[in-house]
Amino acid sequence: MSTPESLHRALGLSDDEFGDIKNVLGREPNHLELALYGVMWSEHCSYKSSRLHLRRLPTTGPHVLVGPGENAGVIDAGDGIAVAIRIESHNHPSAIEPYQGAATGVGGILRDIFTMGARPLAVMDPLFFGELSDARQRWLVEGVVSGISGYGNSVGVPTIGGELTFDDCYAANPLVNVLCVGALPKERLVLGIASGVGNFAVLLGSRTGRDGIGGVSVLASAGFSGEDGATSIDDAKRPSVQVGDPYEEKRLIEACLALLDDGLVLGIQDLGGAGLVCATSETAARGAVGMDVDVTAVPQREPNMVPYEIMTSESQERMLAIIAPENLDAVSALCAKWEVRASVVGRVVEPVLDDEGNAVGMLRIRNGFDGEILANVPAKSLADEAPLYDRPRERPSTLDAVLADDPTLDEPEGSANDDLLDLLVDPAWVYRQYDSQLFLNTVVGPGRDAALLRLAGPGLPHSTRGIALSTDSNPRWCALDPRVGTALSVAEGVANLACVGAKAKAVVNCLNFGNPEHPSVMWQLSESIDGMAEACLALDLPVIGGNVSLYNESGGSDIDPTPVIGLLGVVDELVAPPPGWGWGEGDAIVLVGVRRALGVQPFPLGGSRWATKRGRRGGVISSFDAGSLRPTLDFVTEEIAVICAGGESDVTAVHDVSGGGIAGALGEMVAATSRGVVVMDLEHHGELFSEFPGRFIMATSNLDAFLTRAQASGVAVTTLGICEGDRLRVGSSIDLPVERIVVKRRDALEDALEVLG
Amino acid sequence: MNYFVIVDVTLREGIADPEGATIERALPALGFSGVSDVKAGKSFRMSIDAESEEAALAKASALAERLLSNPVIEDAAARLGEKASS
Amino acid sequence: MNRVGVVVFPGSNCEYDAVLAMETLGTTAELVWHSVTDLSGYDGIILPGGFAHGDYLRPGALARFSPVMDAVRSFANDGGPVLGICNGFQVLTEAGLLPGALQKNIGLTFLCQPTTLVVTSQRSVLTSGAQIDQELVVPINHFSGSYTCDDETYQGLRDNDQIVLRYKSNPNGSRDDIAGIANERGNVVGLMPHPERAMSTLLGSADGRVLLESFVAAHVAA
Repeated sequence: MSTPESLHRALGLSDDEFGDIKNVLGREPNHLELALYGVMWSEHCSYKSSRLHLRRLPTTGPHVLVGPGENAGVIDAGDGIAVAIRIESHNHPSAIEPYQGAATGVGGILRDIFTMGARPLAVMDPLFFGELSDARQRWLVEGVVSGISGYGNSVGVPTIGGELTFDDCYAANPLVNVLCVGALPKERLVLGIASGVGNFAVLLGSRTGRDGIGGVSVLASAGFSGEDGATSIDDAKRPSVQVGDPYEEKRLIEACLALLDDGLVLGIQDLGGAGLVCATSETAARGAVGMDVDVTAVPQREPNMVPYEIMTSESQERMLAIIAPENLDAVSALCAKWEVRASVVGRVVEPVLDDEGNAVGMLRIRNGFDGEILANVPAKSLADEAPLYDRPRERPSTLDAVLADDPTLDEPEGSANDDLLDLLVDPAWVYRQYDSQLFLNTVVGPGRDAALLRLAGPGLPHSTRGIALSTDSNPRWCALDPRVGTALSVAEGVANLACVGAKAKAVVNCLNFGNPEHPSVMWQLSESIDGMAEACLALDLPVIGGNVSLYNESGGSDIDPTPVIGLLGVVDELVAPPPGWGWGEGDAIVLVGVRRALGVQPFPLGGSRWATKRGRRGGVISSFDAGSLRPTLDFVTEEIAVICAGGESDVTAVHDVSGGGIAGALGEMVAATSRGVVVMDLEHHGELFSEFPGRFIMATSNLDAFLTRAQASGVAVTTLGICEGDRLRVGSSIDLPVERIVVKRRDALEDALEVLG
Repeated sequence: MNYFVIVDVTLREGIADPEGATIERALPALGFSGVSDVKAGKSFRMSIDAESEEAALAKASALAERLLSNPVIEDAAARLGEKASS
Repeated sequence: MNRVGVVVFPGSNCEYDAVLAMETLGTTAELVWHSVTDLSGYDGIILPGGFAHGDYLRPGALARFSPVMDAVRSFANDGGPVLGICNGFQVLTEAGLLPGALQKNIGLTFLCQPTTLVVTSQRSVLTSGAQIDQELVVPINHFSGSYTCDDETYQGLRDNDQIVLRYKSNPNGSRDDIAGIANERGNVVGLMPHPERAMSTLLGSADGRVLLESFVAAHVAA
């Protein structure tokens, strides 16, 4: 039988943390209490390695209703409608069981949204895998996409976009990030707060099993037995993977939204990481009250579960609602209609006074509401007072050599034609598996620059506004310069939104990094956060939520820094679709925005897909050019917004230049329209494939009028050529038949996946 | 008495089975030769209170016909089984 | 048609869209919970798309036992117009109100994409206002949309002009490219594509209008 000293280490707590706990409690913690701290103070739940740095992000803005720290960020989108948004990761489970890992990732993010009272309206999935030449990667891709499809479609939330990135650094560490956006009438906004002494905490949804009890299972091996003397089951029998039930989640969504509509709920919280202990301690801490939790009242799926299992289980599809006792019957009846289990598992109690007369809300785990107290800890210390680490940071000593190895200076071999074809991949195989249309809101769906939805849905006030969404990341840039790379990713996101006429309003982020115990990783994380802050301040964007996923490493090898930026924008009037990539015969094609990058090289190829495909991973990326970005973004946004509002325009196409550079953008537009173009000579392969954001390919049926407007806005425009013929020609560098481009782009992904016909 | 019954549901002869066909096609690449006629189906397990084996199977068959299978495209067969030890 | 009932099973999710589509055509529509047993106030019934009971066991297999389905059956037997969209079509086949069955797509993946449908019969409440050979772009959204039936049933469908919509390019392996069928009387129709998703050019296509306009114009069949 191990002593509490070594037990705390087995639970992942350091000696210092153990000392902190003893100070807080004024005594030795018992085993259950240690287990609760073990999960709540884990990296996954407490963000102890990142919180210090996240504080540097700008989080406020006039339209922000809820900033970071709650389950989701919320903005006022106008017309009495609030929009909630969040992004999360489910990386490690997806590597083990891709279908269920991805499926439960979707389930989790949905709960974060409807916990705010918002009906989930759309999901996006940025995904990262190793190269598809490896059979295991193909297996992962198919599993993850099926999982998102299976869960998202069944639960009834459309998936409207995402990203698909292949790079060897993810081979052992796939990344599955999921973003969700929802909407609600502003006055229906609810926060996850427990309040009102005497109120009940009601557990809704699935029964509780032994899912996800990973680290805490050391208690079993340490010989810890349950309070009734029964020992828990062996490790071999623990389910290592949670299985999602979208049907349960659908009923849970409908029941929770109905409870909110009927005013029966005071606060609501979803159960995610660390399950019930997290939900109860967080709601109590936010409300500065105490809570008694009766473990015997929790419906259990497995026999003989012991208290630490019940409190830390990560079984899916559960929510915690705070209600007034007089509403219990109404709550039970409503839940019964939706076949949703509802059990009173907690009671809000008065805080106690400590020695200095301060009110402290205690979380008390009990064997029956009037039964033995099994654990008694301050809720706030569990939920909010995990130690803050300032882990060592160090710029990698190898970085200078990598930056100096710049592909921009190469004399390229091979042909630009082949390079262009290699860049073209249509992700339709992925998004055809997702319902992207439910709710009749999808004006621009997956596969384009940004998704564009009508701001409408069941129960929402009438509005003709639209919301736009984009997820953007560029790990290749960030590996070379995490600060500027992240800033440029934000810029790219805003550019994508401009393509559908939307003004960017808020940012959420999912920071996927390697092992924080590596100083180079902490340096990357800190730099990335600073870059995000710089770009957000320059572009007037609040960061209203985020997620951090660390320890994405295998065999000592970290993934490239992969900050994923989620952008939310608003279109004031959406009655007509934006032009998309649909240029017509005879239209003039122009490059809007600066022609040359700010920085050392005018056409930097460091971190470009062109270079990466050639195995060249070094070089310097462009600088973040706020000065030219803002006017360009504003101009393009306004041009497209006019069309969305139903106005006349000569603009027939718009596409931002990013991955694949100008050549890639032209190739995609040719593939989408089956119309050829003739474009002038560009400045060698650099200008063809350089990727710095802030540039747009646009097409117009009235070049003079367009140029006049651009000039009036102070935005640079370069006339590139004309839409005509059945070939894609760029000077003397590129000459390809349209048909070949269409076929290559269409078949690239299915060929790589070796999908059997 | 309590009987442990297994109901196997398979697609009727002649009904398209793309799942079975896909599985069969994938086997040689995985190193399995000489495997053919693969059909994908479903299996349901349950405990049935009945007076005899025959009665238990009859109950299971009725249940299978009414709910567990779609007779338009599926066949169902009930059999007694051994409960797997936990 | 004055009042349409849109049946909601636990797990249905296209009911709001169906109501919106009806309202776009100037027809009142209400949600009808699956425990309701009296449909006498309605002029037409829609079984919408979604995942009733999570599609567990088989799509529609559990929904067919819901209390409301007896009322739907009576309503249909009395000649009332009944439209099953996607999951609704699956429920109708499981309930025996339409012949045949829907199986998994031949490619074994979920498919959400526009399809071109060809109108092949006007003898139904869904297609009475359309032209034979008229082409309509309407999206599909399903994992199990492959229509199948035995030869005798198939012959009956042909003889009685019950195949109302076919795919121009078969996406899921359906027998004879069948996208939608009607019962013998023509008052019960099921189709896998979603006409309510094709009501607006803002969203990509308004070709579904002619189908839903036919439906709301339908009277109780003699």
